[in-house]
Amino acid sequence: MLEVKNLHVYYGGIHALQGISFSVAEGQVVTLLGANGAGKTTTLRAIMGLVRPQEGSISLNGVSLIGKRPYEIVRMGVSMAPEGRRIFPDLTVLENLLLGAYARTDTVKVQRDLEFVFSLFPRLRERQYQRGGTLSGGEQQMLAVGRALMAGPKLLLLDEPSLGLAPVLITEMYRAFARLKEEGRTILLVEQNARAALSLADYGYVLDTGRIVAQGPTPELRESDLVRQAYLGV
Amino acid sequence: MATYLQQLLNGVTLGSLYALIAIGYTMVYGILRLINFAHGDIFMWAGYWVFFLVILFRLPWWLSAVCTVAIVALMGVAIERLAYRPLREAPRISLLITAIGVSFLLENLIIVLPWAGGRQKPYPTPSLMTQIYTAGSVRIQGVTIWVPLIAAACLLGLIFLVYKTKVGRAMRAIATDIETTALMGADINRVISYTFLVGSALAAVGGILWGCRYPRLQWDLGIMPGWRAFTAAVIGGIGNIVGAMLGGFLLGLAEILIVAFFPKLSGFRDAFIFAILIFFLLFRPTGILGKTMKEKV
Repeated sequence: MLEVKNLHVYYGGIHALQGISFSVAEGQVVTLLGANGAGKTTTLRAIMGLVRPQEGSISLNGVSLIGKRPYEIVRMGVSMAPEGRRIFPDLTVLENLLLGAYARTDTVKVQRDLEFVFSLFPRLRERQYQRGGTLSGGEQQMLAVGRALMAGPKLLLLDEPSLGLAPVLITEMYRAFARLKEEGRTILLVEQNARAALSLADYGYVLDTGRIVAQGPTPELRESDLVRQAYLGV
Repeated sequence: MATYLQQLLNGVTLGSLYALIAIGYTMVYGILRLINFAHGDIFMWAGYWVFFLVILFRLPWWLSAVCTVAIVALMGVAIERLAYRPLREAPRISLLITAIGVSFLLENLIIVLPWAGGRQKPYPTPSLMTQIYTAGSVRIQGVTIWVPLIAAACLLGLIFLVYKTKVGRAMRAIATDIETTALMGADINRVISYTFLVGSALAAVGGILWGCRYPRLQWDLGIMPGWRAFTAAVIGGIGNIVGAMLGGFLLGLAEILIVAFFPKLSGFRDAFIFAILIFFLLFRPTGILGKTMKEKV
């Protein structure tokens, strides 16, 4: 579904991505692992059209995303729950979710997706008329993921969904992701929390300072020395 | 008693005019962190458009007013498109200086335009506005009734637009986080254009009604009302739409009450207004309803 080939991104003077290639097949959950500054977020931002790559290609089902503006990419079927949640604090939970469906006109389907998000995160239903800024960190993360789902994406990008959350909330979050996976959704998951990500994903890539240094099906990755030492701490 | 009531109505009239103009300042500031210096001149142009359409094209007044709102709204959109959008990524000071440039351009265009420049022009005021209504000992001019009513209708319409529609939701979202609003599938440029459209349309309504109240047209007529409306936006909390309305009414009332009850001080009305502005900027820069805004990177 998603094909990234030889992607180069310079950020200011920094060569943030140095020719990375990877792909996500339909119905697959793929994770990009790596330390801070490895280029994970930059990769997602390049896919969403928020940064312009200097070289390389990104395509969704064969259609190039290079040079497209973010809103066009959302309309083509990619949505993202960004790093740091970035919910709209002054808008209510419901308004945040409806904004996620901004580009859609089919109100019946939007309503159905809203019900789905509420069933996935019942706490959002309880708090739907509260302002987003009043939610706890975990609830804000649920809102960010729910909002991304409201776009009705073919491909869902999740950027560090476990960042700053208590372990019990991480478990809850990943339970919701597991449900999305069961439904056959296609997800590209960026994480520093390798343990959580590897428990969910089918396939993984390890990024280090802008390069892919390891890849493979998750059972294999979990056993590899590199991942064990650097990311699982065993 | 009658004097009080009359002055109160005058204050409400002036306040509703300030409120209409203040909205445009506050909405644009909320999104672009730009004090749109051209906004007062947009307001001034509205008066001239009514003059052009009524005197030169001999259109009926109400039709001229409607056309003026449309034309001025599009002027606002065009200014953003041509002057501000190319500088979206530029340092904010460039944007600010450009806004000052656009302001001078709009003022000087009026000075050099053959049918507009030179001497003051009379504003065509419809009889509805000059008519005197008497209720007991209170004599009220049409403007004092119609201006607040029309302004209130526009402001209610705005509140509906901003709080109950999809594009309004995007306008509020974009004011906190442009990039994330783009991630929602909203075309940022379009939402910003809508913002200028709405802000300029309200300034146009303000300009049309201002002419009915003060029926003289001159190139600089937008400057002082513009600054006062800007002050109103700061008082209410810049970036906050309801705050701008509140600030407008408060300022209008304060101004009229000072003039009415301390007539000796009326020459100092602008000094008084700018003292309020400085006071707020020093002690409560976020205004009455505003809250601390994060600096955008």
